[in-house]
This record gives sequence, structure tokens and C-alpha cells, in this order.
Amino acid sequence: MLILECPYCGVMADETDLHGGGEAHLKRFGPGSSDDEFETYLFHRKNPKGVHFERWRHVSGCGKWFHAARNTMTLEVYGTYPAQTYEPPKELVAKIKKKHPEWGGYE
Amino acid sequence: MSNAVSALQGASFDGYCKVEEAGLTGMITLRGDLASKGVAKAVKAVTGAAMPGQGEVTEGAKGRVGWMSPDELLLIVDHAEAPGIVEAATASLGDEHSLVVNVSDARAVYRVKGTACREVIAKLAPADTSVMQPGMLRRTRIAQIPAAFYLEDDETAVLVCFRSVAQYAFDLLKDAAQPGGEVF
Repeated sequence: MLILECPYCGVMADETDLHGGGEAHLKRFGPGSSDDEFETYLFHRKNPKGVHFERWRHVSGCGKWFHAARNTMTLEVYGTYPAQTYEPPKELVAKIKKKHPEWGGYE
Repeated sequence: MSNAVSALQGASFDGYCKVEEAGLTGMITLRGDLASKGVAKAVKAVTGAAMPGQGEVTEGAKGRVGWMSPDELLLIVDHAEAPGIVEAATASLGDEHSLVVNVSDARAVYRVKGTACREVIAKLAPADTSVMQPGMLRRTRIAQIPAAFYLEDDETAVLVCFRSVAQYAFDLLKDAAQPGGEVF
């Protein structure tokens, strides 16, 4: 079972306390953008085997959205961080990089 | 105005823990910046309780204050006094960006009494109840509904849920406290 620490409540919440929100750090392309950009924003998602950044909501707890970095293959959780950011914290990226030197990094 | 009645009007069940509906309880939701002095002052003024930290519930002369999320508090007070407390808190908060609402009639409250009260709740919630101590509050779910609980003392757990699911919550607790269902 997937267990994530909610960065707002500080509690270890399991999957059933949470709601998945898909890929993290998407950039919205709305009115005025090209069809290609809009299509990418709407439909194209990373589907990596390995490190993945995701959005989660502590739905039956504080109700806040947060981000999590985890491994889709080993299910290892690298860390969670608040949603008020456009990209993963540098420490977290460094930590993952150290563990998996072959990982291409965020982006 | 019609008589106020609680959801199950004090229904109770004697299992290996006693489960009872707590009757009329005043509940107020307060939202705002919990780090602000104005909010702490208002909370202190109306309940006598200090501002709770993350995942805590504090007690004052006129009620308890629970930490529900980074910007939300739950004030648990006397049912009859709740409207007055809402007014007092709103007045005390003044220009502060905040919201105070009386939600007493939207909630149901249960007490689970007995040495195994943590175990009864553990059967229903994904929370680690063994680490719960009096003064801590956990917002989670029981079976399929959202609920929050805290311990009044080592043998009394208080569980709060929405009134619309009061019967469901009571049935769950009743089932979990069934004699013969002891885990440890």
C-alpha cells in the first residue's frame, strides 16, 4: 500500500486517505495557445518507468493538494512537498539523482 | 424555533466498548490564517483555549479547539452557546480575512468508551490509532465516510462525522465494538 506523508498535516496517510491527481507541474496552455500546445497540455502525459512526480490530495484529511515524488517501478517514495511551487525542490531532485545517477533528472 | 435534537438522540450500544451518541454539541468552523495573532486572540477570547499546533486539540474553559487543516479550526463548545460564540469570534476577528460558521446541526458526535477505544476506531480508519494520545486530533475516514477523532482521556475517544451519515457511523462503531470482536 502506498503511504505518503502529508506535508500539511504531518501524518502518514495511506492511499485510501488520498486521491491521486495525476502528473505534477503541468503548465496550462489555454486560450490563445496553438492547437499543438493545447493538445500537449490536455492529453500528453509522461508515463515513466521509474521516477515520477505526482499530485495527490489529502482528501479525507486536511483536503489540501500536495506533490509527491515516487518510483513507479519500485513504488519507493522519495518525498512529498507542498503544492505552492512550479517545480520539485532542489534538495529532493539531488537526493533522487544521488540514488539513481542514471536518472535523466526532472523535465 | 423548533426543538434542537441531535442526530440519533443519544442512542447507545454496549459492546466491549460503549458507543454512545454524544447528544447536542456546539461546533464552529473557523477559517483564517492560523499564524495570525488576531485569530489566536479571538480563539482564546471565545473558548479560553490556546491555539492548537498541527494535529492537536486544546482545551479551554468554554470548549475545545481542534486543528483541522493549515487554515481551519474546529471549535467544540456548548450547543446553546454556539451562536453567541460565533458572534463574539466574528466581532473579535474584525477585519481579519476569516470565516466563522456555526456547523453544530451539520455534525454528529460519538463517544467510544473503554480501554479498547483505540482498537475500535482502528478497525474502521486507516489511521495509526496506537500513537494517538489525549491532545491529538486526527482527521481521516471511517469505512467510506470522512471523520475526525481525538481522545478525551486514555479510555474515551470522541468521533465527529457529518450528520447526514450519522446512522451509518453509529452502525459501523456498533459493529466494531461487537462483543467477541476483540483483536488483542
